[in-house]
Amino acid sequence: MSVKTLKINGQDIAAEAGKSILQVAKEEGIPIPTLCHLEGVTDVGACRLCLVEIKGINKLLPACVTEIGEGMEVETNTPRLQEYRRMTVELLFAEGNHMCSFCVANNNCELQDAAIEVGMDHTRFDYRFPDRGMDLSHPEFAIDHNRCILCTRCVRVCDEIEGAHVWDVGQRGEQCYIISGLDQPWGEVDACTSCGKCVDACPTGAIFRQGTTTAEKLGDRAKLSFLINAREKQEWTR
Amino acid sequence: MSKTVVIDPITRIEGHAKISLFLDDAGEVEDARFHVVEYRGFEKFCEGRPFTEMAGITARICGICPVSHLLAAAKTGDKILAVNVPPTGEKLRRLMNLGQITQSHALSFFHLSSPDFLLGWDSDPAKRNVFGLIANDPDLARAGIRLRQFGQTVIELLGARKIHAAWAVPGGVRTPLSDDAKQWITDRLPESFDTIHTAIDLFKKLLDQFNTEVEQFGQFPSLFMSLVGDNGEWEHYGGKIRFRDSSGNIIADGLSEDNYQDYIGESVEPWSYLKFPYYKPLGYPDGIYRVGPLARLNTCDYIGTEAADRELQELRHRGGGVPTSSFLYHYARLIEILACLEKIQALMEDPDIQNPRVRSDAGINALEGIGVSEAPRGTLFHHYNVDENGLIEKVNLIIATGQNNLAMNKTIKQIAQHYIHGNEIPEGMLNRVEAGIRCFDPCLSCSTHAAGQMPLQVQLIGADGQVLNEVYRG
Repeated sequence: MSVKTLKINGQDIAAEAGKSILQVAKEEGIPIPTLCHLEGVTDVGACRLCLVEIKGINKLLPACVTEIGEGMEVETNTPRLQEYRRMTVELLFAEGNHMCSFCVANNNCELQDAAIEVGMDHTRFDYRFPDRGMDLSHPEFAIDHNRCILCTRCVRVCDEIEGAHVWDVGQRGEQCYIISGLDQPWGEVDACTSCGKCVDACPTGAIFRQGTTTAEKLGDRAKLSFLINAREKQEWTR
Repeated sequence: MSKTVVIDPITRIEGHAKISLFLDDAGEVEDARFHVVEYRGFEKFCEGRPFTEMAGITARICGICPVSHLLAAAKTGDKILAVNVPPTGEKLRRLMNLGQITQSHALSFFHLSSPDFLLGWDSDPAKRNVFGLIANDPDLARAGIRLRQFGQTVIELLGARKIHAAWAVPGGVRTPLSDDAKQWITDRLPESFDTIHTAIDLFKKLLDQFNTEVEQFGQFPSLFMSLVGDNGEWEHYGGKIRFRDSSGNIIADGLSEDNYQDYIGESVEPWSYLKFPYYKPLGYPDGIYRVGPLARLNTCDYIGTEAADRELQELRHRGGGVPTSSFLYHYARLIEILACLEKIQALMEDPDIQNPRVRSDAGINALEGIGVSEAPRGTLFHHYNVDENGLIEKVNLIIATGQNNLAMNKTIKQIAQHYIHGNEIPEGMLNRVEAGIRCFDPCLSCSTHAAGQMPLQVQLIGADGQVLNEVYRG
């Protein structure tokens, strides 16, 4: 096992090569806010909330997909990062239609938590109020694209854990949205096993169980890493 | 030369409104209009949302009576699921509505309207409010505030929050009644009974001095509409719609909310965002009807609880059979609080009230649902059309205050014609015009599904359309 030595926020750290900055920071108890990261599935760097500063590199890099390197000097909480993170969350709110007051995930929403964590009390950007729809065609679950932040957690859990690959991302740029099957109504996608992992993975109220009312969604995110652990290590207890 | 008086904004009501008084050439009030000047558009932006969310969304229409929308939306959802709510679920919904009627009526009487009766119509407007009441009669003010707190706490104990508790859901309610909640409600009931008996006694004494107000504050014949129980008893949640006229005749009975469009029409006027519902068989505007506390007490045969029924007899005696003065809405409100407290007490003694089975589950079994409940201010209808997946295609909400719109206009016209002569308007006179509106305890945010805190404006407008005098209070 080769080891890399680096500094995070001035703290000397030795960690296994190949790990991401986010992994190492977590192991060391250094907090970095995340949204699209989900334990147990591949990181994609979609949300840009885990941006960090690395000495010698002018660009801000996402900690989840940046491998540690020898002699790296990482800063995770500078004023510049705080400003960028807050702006990122503000843009997420401005981009979709996020109405917490009657959302199924109210009080149990990672986007809400992120807003609190980065100190966002309002957004400086005009709300875009996009005209997005909902798909309630699945007998058990529903997706509300208004609340989707395109973190692609659902895409990854469905592909990597369940192996069904029902979800994907369609279109480009601001037109992007999560599609089921070949952009069919969810209820018509044969590949869906109705396992509900996407419901548990979703950080917001975008994917939920039918009939759920205000603040009733309790996504069980830990179940996903439990499943990974169970399969890899045959540890089937929680 | 004819003129118009405008009262803008109207104070101590929920929402934004103004009043225009049109004077004729002789300076006498020819007409009066109650304009609701706010607009929100809930019916439009609910389109495309799942019906299960409607309770949460429509409760946001109002911070004073969110429970009313919650229950109407949940009842509409029951119809779409086509399920029966478990008996305890229905009892708990009723309990929350009783808490809601208690708190809203207490707010209307003690905080908003009683300063007029207790401090005087012509007293200093700066002190003619709940703070003036606190200074003048701290014990009564405190008791009134605590009575409202009782109602609010009933809501909180059930739904985990006082305002906008999204607790009633299609199929029932989310959580059963806890031991602590039951105990708290039981313990606090005696104090609440004391307060309401004191208030009723006080109001009855005042009523003897208020003959002019009783005569002039919206004393006119009209229909009355509300839900009544299967045996003609007072209802606030279930039952069927009944219309009764001022002579005591039952005009229509046993009407289902499902075909409300057969008997309720909605008209619009260019000068208000508030629609004008009317009883269809009589046409517009002859189909004027009133809803709310007085209407409920007029349509029902009896209340069904001992003390409230005694008070109802006295109200009917004082009002000559079917009381028609809108001023008596205040009296009716107090009697209804008493009825609510008695019914809450009965529910607390119900052996089944803590049954944990409170929610039924089902898929979408109907594409249209119409739900009705009695809000503190009157009968509230929710009507949804959904697609086969349960997404809302169309929403129609008929709100209590809207149904009193014709009556409110008639009331202020009557008051203005009695009290205002010429274009000099003493403040106390304007206050009486406003008080005419406050009899109905209107909730304009609900009725236009609109936003905000409200003050009042009155404009005096001449025959040539010129504003001659204007009073504005914020």
